[in-house]
Amino acid sequence: MLRKRLSHSTAVAAIAAAAFVLTGPAPATAEDDVIVIGSITTLEGPFATGGQDAYRAMEMAFEEIDYTIAGKRIEWIRESSDAQADVALARARKLIEQDDVDIIIGPLSGAEGIALRDYSRTLEGKTIVNGSSGAADTTLRDPSPNFFRFNTEGTQWTAGLGNYVYDELGVDHVALVAADYAFPYAQVMGFMLEYCAAGGAVTKLWSPLNTTDFGSIIANIPEDAGAIVLIQGGTDALAFLTQYAETGGDRPIIGGSITADQTLLSARGPHQRLMEGMVAAGPIADLNDDPMWIEWVEAYRERFPDGFDSPSIHAFNYYTNTKAVLLALEEVDGDLSDNQAAFQEALANVEFQNPMGANVRLDHNRQAISDIFLTRVVNDGGTMRTEAFGTTEGVTQSMGMDEEEFLALGSPSRDNPDCPPGS
Amino acid sequence: MPMLSRLQWAISLAVLALLLALPFLLPSFWTGNIMGRAIVYGIVAMSLTFLASYGGFISLAQTMIAGIAGYTVAVLAPTAIPLGNHWLPYWALIPLAVAAATFAGAVVGLIAVRTREIYLLMITLALAVGFSLFAQSNIDWFNGYEGIRNILGPDIFGYPFRNLYVFYYSSLLVATALYFLVLYVVKTPFGLVLQGIRDNPRRVSAIGFNVGVHRVASFALAGFIAGWGGVLITFYNIGITPGSIGIWATVNVLVMAVIGGLGHPIGAFIGALVYTLFDTFAATIYDRDRFNTLIGLVFLVIVLVSPDGLLGLFRRLTGWRTGRSVATETMEEKT
Repeated sequence: MLRKRLSHSTAVAAIAAAAFVLTGPAPATAEDDVIVIGSITTLEGPFATGGQDAYRAMEMAFEEIDYTIAGKRIEWIRESSDAQADVALARARKLIEQDDVDIIIGPLSGAEGIALRDYSRTLEGKTIVNGSSGAADTTLRDPSPNFFRFNTEGTQWTAGLGNYVYDELGVDHVALVAADYAFPYAQVMGFMLEYCAAGGAVTKLWSPLNTTDFGSIIANIPEDAGAIVLIQGGTDALAFLTQYAETGGDRPIIGGSITADQTLLSARGPHQRLMEGMVAAGPIADLNDDPMWIEWVEAYRERFPDGFDSPSIHAFNYYTNTKAVLLALEEVDGDLSDNQAAFQEALANVEFQNPMGANVRLDHNRQAISDIFLTRVVNDGGTMRTEAFGTTEGVTQSMGMDEEEFLALGSPSRDNPDCPPGS
Repeated sequence: MPMLSRLQWAISLAVLALLLALPFLLPSFWTGNIMGRAIVYGIVAMSLTFLASYGGFISLAQTMIAGIAGYTVAVLAPTAIPLGNHWLPYWALIPLAVAAATFAGAVVGLIAVRTREIYLLMITLALAVGFSLFAQSNIDWFNGYEGIRNILGPDIFGYPFRNLYVFYYSSLLVATALYFLVLYVVKTPFGLVLQGIRDNPRRVSAIGFNVGVHRVASFALAGFIAGWGGVLITFYNIGITPGSIGIWATVNVLVMAVIGGLGHPIGAFIGALVYTLFDTFAATIYDRDRFNTLIGLVFLVIVLVSPDGLLGLFRRLTGWRTGRSVATETMEEKT
């Protein structure tokens, strides 16, 4: 009886293994006149709608050139992740090793970006170009020679905001209400570098992600704080503003780059009183006078009637990164030989304008240097929208500081940087 | 009682030889990212199968325990980004991580020692979810949501662990050793008592065995197995994030164990292989926006057609018997 036991189960294993040997598909063979581009975004999980929008924008970028560069056809293989680093990594391995793609465009979220950065370092003759992920360290610390990012990241996005609050609003003490994880840390750092240097003081009030009751935080806002800097996204921001409005709060609200998103703008309720005129900073705004933006938004609406009213930040970032890849491919006539040496060189030196009309070029870590906009929430004929009203040009990843000096500040965290009142 | 008969040894060695030869038969993607991935996740699934098959304990904490080993490696690894204040060389780190997982397994066993079935499930689920949320919100040690990256693993005979063959053969070696360890343990007096506890804990207790101690020891052994899986998974993923040990990762390991069949340790590896294949290729054979539907349907069909997984299906189709029924008979013969 014991004899049967193992022999049968091992027989199962043997048959299974043999079956896979027999059916294992041959790896895709690359043709000379085809450039294979793989992409990863989140079609599952919490950012699924953003991921869908990202693919809309990529489709636009490919259709503009009719999937052809220098006589070579572009083949696009789409993959989906669920915003987890492990899943993004498994998909990237599949794209590179099984589908034999030349270039990957993606991923969407921060931890995924860092995972793919590490993976790209182990590759030869392959290039990964970011999709929409915005963790600073992806390019700032331990960058990979095969990883390029043409969108700006969380710290850069708050450029100009600190000076605006201190100089234009004349507020010298703010209460900071921020979610307690990496992305807000980066945004807070960008804001505070400027604001503290200008002479402002910050009282920090952290809340865990997915907080629904901000009662204790509202109670802790100091009497003499002249404004609230709200670095929260989605339902957290909505919960805070609703509760703050209900308790009769009337301080001006300064937002982070993801605070004034569609969740907040389209929701109805007491928070709307505080929303109008809310100032924030980021790489895009719904309303922007630049003709490139107007044209791009029109093209987007026409091509995707069932898409968003205005393209999302993920669509914008994926489009910008895809555009950079296509421009560099054009530059080298689609030549990916010699371990993509010529292509990567062209990619590192490509300089162009993103749909916001902002100039984009890369620094020596292959991270975008571009313009950041100050935005304000306006009532546009009954619909709340964000409108660009100021520009900080050529924002670098070290926020205009010397890079050594910036790195010496350390990674952003709860306690870094710090400029409490009375210090 | 011998662990395996001569014929069983022969078949086992034949399968092992086939697995050893696979890297030369398959494209490299299949070696590293289908077979390799199935083996490392299969190890964690096997720790669950071991508990379920021989102890009757369905524990959802195995992914968490693998995560404890993974985080131990990550926090103390010399190549980690961000690098911790203290680090150890890999040769010291790996045993330490496995020891930590073994200890964590014993602690989980101790916490859950008086519970069975749905209550055991709930307690272990709560521990698993709690730990992943803790890892997500702890910045000082675990670096929160972004986790710890660049865990490259040791060099073996001068070759980096990232090398496809080094990774595959190391994983295969560990998996094989653990697989035979499980087969050995269930034939020892300890293993037989464990199966007695599964079938009737009161009777075992009446004979004079300490049921609680045996349960805790079995959880510790399962922790040891899961710990090895956790270490290898962390090297495979070049790092660890709270997502690696969250609720979805926990469910995935359960799915692997169930579709493979909980009756025998080999089921874990078969389940992991089937899962990996579908996870990788579902998007290619079905609509990319909706491929999870296909994965869900396949698993649903497997569980509907055969509640005891692919192993059970195979057994029914061929009239052969494996695993549990035989083990039970062994017990009956003894008593």
